[in-house]
Amino acid sequence: MKSYISGFIISLILTLTAFALVSQHVNSEHQALPHNILIPAIIVLAIVQLITQLVLFLHLGRENKPRFNLTIFLFMLLVVGLLVGGSLWIMANLDYHGMHDKNVDEYIIHDEGVHTH
Amino acid sequence: MNQHDDSKTSLGFWIYLMTDCIIFASLFATYAVLRGSTFGGPTGEELFSLPFVLVETLILLTSSFICGLALLAARRKDKKQTLILLGATILLGLAFIGMELNEFTHLVSEGNGWQRSAFLSAFFTLVGTHGLHITIGLIWASFLGIRIYSRGLKNIAIKRLFLFSLFWHFLDIVWIFIFTIVYLMGVAL
Repeated sequence: MKSYISGFIISLILTLTAFALVSQHVNSEHQALPHNILIPAIIVLAIVQLITQLVLFLHLGRENKPRFNLTIFLFMLLVVGLLVGGSLWIMANLDYHGMHDKNVDEYIIHDEGVHTH
Repeated sequence: MNQHDDSKTSLGFWIYLMTDCIIFASLFATYAVLRGSTFGGPTGEELFSLPFVLVETLILLTSSFICGLALLAARRKDKKQTLILLGATILLGLAFIGMELNEFTHLVSEGNGWQRSAFLSAFFTLVGTHGLHITIGLIWASFLGIRIYSRGLKNIAIKRLFLFSLFWHFLDIVWIFIFTIVYLMGVAL
């Protein structure tokens, strides 16, 4: 009972904090926090909420030995890390157009050492 | 009914949930790669309404929490309270899926369906897959509720309710990342 209530309250606070950060950022016309702080901040908030719910709702890590659930979970994290990290890495490098950016041409010219004049 | 029995019963189901995580991870990776490819169409910032999504998020979080309380009530063998809490879980889930369908039909009716751009294809695939899981969960929970109502809180029913609660908490965790990566980052960037 206690673990569900504290999980619920912590998740609520984390969700509202992330929402407040982003809506404040949007209301100030993207001036309040620079993107390189805001984006990592909301990702960290999501990960903290993931851990909160894993421990307090799913009771991960509270099982007796051998901890099969935890082992399988960690293996899943490894696969997901390889899958997501690898995909983004390859798609960013393989083809500049895989990742949309307004400055793609400039990047290509800059990265490949092409001189336009 | 202790934690140890539960973990034995649930190992197979847990393996399924972990593989489901990998499906969602690949859909997230696809979305992250395609999120900027709007093909001249609207971006996430133009389409998403944050307050609307916040309400969806809070509804699903509350549903997940109440589902946990339903499981505790079932372990106390309190049939009436279990059914009330399970009913509340289902109603909140229905509210969530209703809001999501409302958002989807709104997007499609404005010509921003999955055919519009790679970004919207990835968006509908990711968020739609989650919505499909929620729908299946609601059907599952309804049958569980009917079984508990007609046959009482037998041990097998409590075990099934436990598995359902794992599924439901898992879907809420996936939604945290949809909320953060699709909606919050879609609007912030």
